[in-house]
Amino acid sequence: MRVVTLDHPADFDGWRTAARALAAADVPAHEVTWQVAGDTGDLLATAAEPPPAAPARFSVPRTFVDLAESVVCHSDPARFGLLYRALLRLRETPRLLEDKADPLVDRLEALRRSVARDIHKMRAFVRFREVTEEDGARFVAWFEPDHHIVRRNAGFFVRRFSTMRWSILTPEVCALWDGETLDFTPGATKTDAPDGDAVEATWRTYYASTFNPARLKVKAMLKEMPKKYWRNMPETALVPALIAAAGTRTEAMIEAGAPAPHAQSLAELAAAAKACTRCPLHGPATQTVFGEGPADAPLMFVGEQPGDQEDLAGRPFVGPAGQMFDKALAAAGVARATAYITNAVKHFKFEPRGKRRIHQTPQTPEIKACGVWLAAERAQLRPKLIVALGATAARAVLGRAVTIGKTRGQPVPLDDGSELWVTIHPSYLLRIEDPEAARAEYDRFVADLAQIRERLGALA
Amino acid sequence: MPALDVQAKLAILADAAKYDASCASSGTSKRHSQGRSKGIGSTEGMGICHAYAPDGRCISLLKILLTNSCIFDCAYCINRKSSNVRRARFTVEEVVALTLNFYKRNYIEGLFLSSGIIRSPDYTMEQLVRVARDLRTVHGFRGYIHLKTIPDAAPELIEAAGRWADRLSINIEMPTDAGLSAFAPEKDGARIRGAMGSLRGHIDEAKDATKRFRSAPRYAPAGQSTQMIVGADATRDSDIVATASGLYSRYRLRRVYYSAFSPIPDASSSLPPVRPPLVREHRLYQADWLMRFYGFAATEVQAATDDGWLPLDVDPKTAWALKHRELFPLDVNAAPREALLRVPGLGVRAVDAILKARRWRRLRLEDLARLTRSVDKVRAFLIADGWRPTALSDRLDLRGRLAVPARQLDLFAA
Repeated sequence: MRVVTLDHPADFDGWRTAARALAAADVPAHEVTWQVAGDTGDLLATAAEPPPAAPARFSVPRTFVDLAESVVCHSDPARFGLLYRALLRLRETPRLLEDKADPLVDRLEALRRSVARDIHKMRAFVRFREVTEEDGARFVAWFEPDHHIVRRNAGFFVRRFSTMRWSILTPEVCALWDGETLDFTPGATKTDAPDGDAVEATWRTYYASTFNPARLKVKAMLKEMPKKYWRNMPETALVPALIAAAGTRTEAMIEAGAPAPHAQSLAELAAAAKACTRCPLHGPATQTVFGEGPADAPLMFVGEQPGDQEDLAGRPFVGPAGQMFDKALAAAGVARATAYITNAVKHFKFEPRGKRRIHQTPQTPEIKACGVWLAAERAQLRPKLIVALGATAARAVLGRAVTIGKTRGQPVPLDDGSELWVTIHPSYLLRIEDPEAARAEYDRFVADLAQIRERLGALA
Repeated sequence: MPALDVQAKLAILADAAKYDASCASSGTSKRHSQGRSKGIGSTEGMGICHAYAPDGRCISLLKILLTNSCIFDCAYCINRKSSNVRRARFTVEEVVALTLNFYKRNYIEGLFLSSGIIRSPDYTMEQLVRVARDLRTVHGFRGYIHLKTIPDAAPELIEAAGRWADRLSINIEMPTDAGLSAFAPEKDGARIRGAMGSLRGHIDEAKDATKRFRSAPRYAPAGQSTQMIVGADATRDSDIVATASGLYSRYRLRRVYYSAFSPIPDASSSLPPVRPPLVREHRLYQADWLMRFYGFAATEVQAATDDGWLPLDVDPKTAWALKHRELFPLDVNAAPREALLRVPGLGVRAVDAILKARRWRRLRLEDLARLTRSVDKVRAFLIADGWRPTALSDRLDLRGRLAVPARQLDLFAA
């Protein structure tokens, strides 16, 4: 049994010299024990035969040297032996490393990846704290790597922070840079490092502000920034509170939805509504069909939603139901031009069937999404009297479902002092097949409208 | 209103900048400070993410706006003129000091500076350029700088921006011109594309010059990128893919970022107050990868969609493969690189490892387990020594077996 004692845990030069000599002497891998000075080594082995002294040269591919330089930094005690086994095989098969399906190559690759990740995370997560010494500022960090990477990684910090004086303290070894030379000193403890820095509060503000609570993805964060690093990073103390509040903050934004549009007039409102995508109905529909009528109209009619023809024309109540509505208004003595006419939902909801578009009743999400527009129209117009044509309109104005049969023919007081009258939607009249019944319902609709005209006169 | 201190301004101006997805600090020229008497910083090719926020996004750069005041009124933007958010403005010196203080403590790789448009596009661009120039010339800063470029700014300002910055970006904002004119009435799609075209001209020219003269001035060595918002309008994935592919080929963009439209405080009344479509955003990035690294044409990605929409339950490559079952299974010991790249679950690295390893051995399933991350997935599409997946690739329920439960990427999955 041969024993090789290396100077420190990532002593690549020591390993290379010994491995070269051992390989030249054809010593098989199982006859070599590798240990690091200072470690409690294999007591039996220490008594054994030392490695051959004669240095011999033979060449290995550059890729192997790179791999070995990285792998010696790993904390796995088997690393030196594994590398030596690979070295012996390389003499027979110089391109061994290309075969990533080989179990030994695969194992070394895994060690290399693990070291590379540790090196990368150290570059990412070291946090310097500024301290003032007699001869100026020094930046000091405390870091706990998984592997023996401090020596290998110090160059990065030199290249980046060469005009600063800095120290990176770790449990095993410390790296010190004075602006000109790099020194390695024995390990330190966390208490040797400063416990704060004035800039950290500003950094925490940044960390909290750049987080978007609507995109919470804790798993993704933990994958790249595992908890073991958190204790040495000043910003991570905020994480639990940010996660805890994210749900409420997002719900609040969604609940608040969009506030009433900042519009000065009905015309501005109509223009803003053109680009509305608050619900999916805007996709298949041709255009937004906004309300129309005088800006000072005391009477507001609210229908359900635009139909096929309204969708194409961009104006409310111009299709068959609109014509029925016009006829009934005339019969009741209400001039359409004096009223503001709009819909609860401003995009046509339909299902395509062949070349036809079949009307579909809008549901709560659409009515709710479109509610801001109806509310904004009401706020601009301030009508004395609102007429809901059909159940959907009544629900949109009141925020709850009502039965037309029970509510028609009487005023429902509204919060803003105006009142609501509920009646049927004129399209209902088009669907009644029995002409007698249709006639009776039409008369009743006209009577409702006439009653509303009288009530409006009384309110004026 | 009392004057805000730097920390209060930072809270406002970082919040205002966070909807821009770009955080990359990779791919610029290599430089360092060793042996220099002054200055600070280095770039070594690969960017570093110095922290991760609970939204899973990497924090690599100090990403802020110079000001969130804006004369534009883009519906999707938290900083639009008509929004009620609190306004703040940094001075050039404040941004420079913040960047250096953060950099010295190893919090960041550099600065990503953008701004609302104040006074005029030229005035705003000039302020952005001043920050970058001061960092480089007064403080010898060698870290990464990404500047947002304002399409309407004067050519000499764009020229100056590229001299000091590693990366420039102009946001295309919406995937279609129709979307842009609906939501950002002051912005003009043709002008944005014109500005991207002229940036490409500058970048190509400078690259060409540095090949011939080592001392030729650099111009945005990390190239240009852009971002579009996904889910604010009805644009389908197939149109987004087509737009992205056009941007890559016409302007040689390094990256197109897709940003799922996210609810913002004091949102515009014309936008959906809904959770951001994060899974859709993820699928678009996967589709983007297929075009950039896997040799897929935009039309092939579009072929993976159902009626223009990428499926949410499987990734786009799996969706494509399920529609082209006649091409599978492939013999892993014989198939060419282009074909292997189309196997769901095989990444570029795994394919290259397979190609190298098969010079040494006939690959078996257990070898594949060492070369890939997901042998369970790839084995349905591959023939290896001792393995034929006949039973699997013909099974109708293959999609179900490959699909991930949609919840996996759900919003509050912890």
